[in-house]
Amino acid sequence: MARITLSNLAHSYLPKPRGEADFALKEMDHVWQDGGAYALLGASGCGKTTLLNIISGLLRPSRGRVLFGERDVTDAPTAERNIAQVFQFPVVYDTMTVRENLAFPLRNRGRDAAYVEARVGQIARMIGMEGALDTRARGLTADAKQKISLGRGMVREDVNAILFDEPLTVIDPHMKWELRTQLKRLHREFGHTMIYVTHDQTEALTFADKVVVMHEGRVVQTGTPEELFETPGHTFVGYFIGSPGMNLFEAEVSGDMARVMGHPVPLGATYPPTGGRVQIGVRPEFVSLADAGLPVTIRRIEDVGRHRILRGEVFGQPVNLLLPEDRPAATGSAFLQLAPEKINVYSDDWRVQPVGARRAA
Amino acid sequence: MDKSWNNRAWFLVLPVLLLVAFSAVIPLMTVVNYSVQDTFGNNEFFWAGLEWFEETITSERIHAALGRQVLFTAIILAIEVPLGIFVALNMPKKGFWASLCLILMAMPLLIPFNVVGTIWQIFGRVDIGLLGRTLTAMGIDYNYTSDWLDAWVTVIVMDVWHWTSLVALLCYAGLQSIPEAYYQAAKIDQASRWAVFRYIELPKMRGVLLIAVLLRFMDSFMIYTEPFVVTGGGPGNSTTFLSIDLVKMAIGQFDLGPAAAFSIIYFLVILLVSWVFYTVMTNLDREDRP
Repeated sequence: MARITLSNLAHSYLPKPRGEADFALKEMDHVWQDGGAYALLGASGCGKTTLLNIISGLLRPSRGRVLFGERDVTDAPTAERNIAQVFQFPVVYDTMTVRENLAFPLRNRGRDAAYVEARVGQIARMIGMEGALDTRARGLTADAKQKISLGRGMVREDVNAILFDEPLTVIDPHMKWELRTQLKRLHREFGHTMIYVTHDQTEALTFADKVVVMHEGRVVQTGTPEELFETPGHTFVGYFIGSPGMNLFEAEVSGDMARVMGHPVPLGATYPPTGGRVQIGVRPEFVSLADAGLPVTIRRIEDVGRHRILRGEVFGQPVNLLLPEDRPAATGSAFLQLAPEKINVYSDDWRVQPVGARRAA
Repeated sequence: MDKSWNNRAWFLVLPVLLLVAFSAVIPLMTVVNYSVQDTFGNNEFFWAGLEWFEETITSERIHAALGRQVLFTAIILAIEVPLGIFVALNMPKKGFWASLCLILMAMPLLIPFNVVGTIWQIFGRVDIGLLGRTLTAMGIDYNYTSDWLDAWVTVIVMDVWHWTSLVALLCYAGLQSIPEAYYQAAKIDQASRWAVFRYIELPKMRGVLLIAVLLRFMDSFMIYTEPFVVTGGGPGNSTTFLSIDLVKMAIGQFDLGPAAAFSIIYFLVILLVSWVFYTVMTNLDREDRP
């Protein structure tokens, strides 16, 4: 096991990339700590799988180095890296039985039969397929096949990391929970570094200690689920995490005061003067209806059970807010109050670090 | 859904019935008709019963032709199937070279049978053929018109040249349908090249291989034009395969009765072997399912 370092890494699928737009992965530096449970979160096509394949050695990066511990493995083949990877769609060896499938990675590495037998039994128990060990993999359901794939990924104990590429896409919802819990337990038990790629934020937030959010080939933020929720480092993180996503308003910011189309909105901290396109972002959880404040037109009220979502517009910009079940609400004109300490300021989509606390009013 | 019962619907089957009757059933029945009769000319026919069938089954000449036929088919299957798989495995997967390979591979399949025969007939001639002259110049005593082994080698190489492409193209199609993730998983699992072939590529090619073997079996078992053009069945009878023997009987000697009986037995043999082969292969497939 080892720390995995990506240094000045970039990848393009074109042989001669011309501009930045040709890169599927923009230049990045990233460290995966040994034993961490990471989720790699991002929309489809943002480079998650590319990054994973570079770590496992299925792809050679166009630029930069990959280090396992102190060792440079950029040019090492997959087999040497001792990495396990589970793919989005089930990969099983059709002609083998479930047992042979699970044993395959161990046998290829020449482990002795007694060890293989014991380990396969252990993994079969974990994925709940003890009873089916001697059936052929060919005729099984997609669910069962993916469980075998997962099992094959976990069967080796000495791997440097286990990479999961949206492994639960084809699995039944109730089974998803169970398998995710199993993965969590496995992580606690063996302490493998795990990188779990997903575009499902619930999956990411429940699985991982650290979530890495990618957007258009870049890592835009790495943090705990709380950090991603409280202080999204990029407007994409705000939008992608949370349901519904963060509200963004075009604004002018000076010191501890923002103005949205001339309406003053107090901020929780003091910000330096910034250039570019300035926006303020606040999550729907921290927006409330009030007697005065930002004028809003409520268009729709959606009841989602524990709370209601109000959808409306502030000067033509969409806004969502969460309302407790018991609070009355109606469509039409109203005013909004934003919780000042929960507001983040963005310049050209990146979060602006406040320089100081709010001046006493 | 309620279906109304109307016997007039049978009339709708009539066109296809007529078509099949004229194109297959009636010609076949003509053969059956000939097979149980004898003639001494003048368009007079006499009932012969199963005499011709008995003669066919006991004929040593036909036994010899059948033996040669089985040997020929076995040899070309043993060469073309592994070679076709090998070629398919080594063809580029995409891009310009893949297209070029496909075109080159398809080429022999597009050449008419008698042209293939003529090409090899001339190619192998010791007086003017490139191959024949070259071999002779190298001091190899090669002459397909006088040496039975040379004739066999020529006919087999010609068939391999003509038909390996078919096996290769079918296998290539099978290989192309394997998702990249399988190869990636194999790398992760540290599978050897042999294991990748044995556990990923071969199982995925199984369906197309079944078709390829079946087609090559039937075609080679019926082979006529190419060896006939090259060797005419000789030297002696050494490359007289079943079809060549049959045509000699039917058209050369005008022995319609024995030839008809021979045809029917020939047809039944191919049908039987194909059926057995297909059933065995599909049953093997089914046993895999739980």
